[in-house]
Amino acid sequence: MSLTAKDKDVVKAFWGKISSKADAIGQEALGRMLVVYPQTKIYFAHWPDYSLGSAQVNKHGKTVMRAITDAVGKMDDLIGGLSSLSDLHATTLRVDPGNFKILSHNILVTLAVHFPADFTAEVHVAVDKFLAALSAALADKYR
Amino acid sequence: MVEWTEFERTTIQDIFSKMNYDVVGQQSLARCLIVYPWTQRYFGNFGNLYNAAAIMGNPMVAAHGKVVLHGLDRAVKNMDNIKATYAELSVLHSEKLHVDPDNFRLLGDCLTVVVAAQLGAAFTPEVQAAFQKFLAVVISSLRRQYQ
Repeated sequence: MSLTAKDKDVVKAFWGKISSKADAIGQEALGRMLVVYPQTKIYFAHWPDYSLGSAQVNKHGKTVMRAITDAVGKMDDLIGGLSSLSDLHATTLRVDPGNFKILSHNILVTLAVHFPADFTAEVHVAVDKFLAALSAALADKYR
Repeated sequence: MVEWTEFERTTIQDIFSKMNYDVVGQQSLARCLIVYPWTQRYFGNFGNLYNAAAIMGNPMVAAHGKVVLHGLDRAVKNMDNIKATYAELSVLHSEKLHVDPDNFRLLGDCLTVVVAAQLGAAFTPEVQAAFQKFLAVVISSLRRQYQ
């Protein structure tokens, strides 16, 4: 399910629209994930506070979203562009790649909450494809 | 049997009582057909599903979206007995319609996105958790006859 030229244009245009709120989107998506899918908390067992708005969730949500925004600029070669992040997730963090889909879903929900008019079905399919391609690139080094 | 907290019950009743089933049904089904185009396989006789605009404007999609939401309403009205309430619908989807049960989750995800867009900030993480738990129970009940 590769990204077409149109998909890339749609994602870039939409990301331009959301850029001022990107950090907040990342923070909220992570916060949602920890509440709606509590099993994901195991990866953050060392955090004192998983709630939306906590220092840990804020910092990490921002980190993740910045990497995703960075990947928007690497859509022509996600596997190459995400190579070192893939190494990190595969060998150090060892996050089960099933969780990438879970976080992606929560990003989509957060986008729908904050950009109801702009997050049309056409934007939804392009962003979903982008996040799926990103997740695959992130899982590339797992085995 | 599924245990619902007071918060979960109230949240589900609240969301659905305020919902426009026609709009949300049409939006969710159309979005599903656009975002996951292989789901179009079940609607071969729906006419023009050629692109997003055609799907959004298709009256058969709108009508069927309404049918699906009214089916969901039965679970809303029988939250303590969704499994039994859906026994016939489960047989229908498996024996007659031959719908791949993985598709239920896809439609559920699109419904979640549509409801999130409608409710905005009111769709808090806790509300989302309750809504997705409800959908998970519905989907599990629909899947029962597939074994």
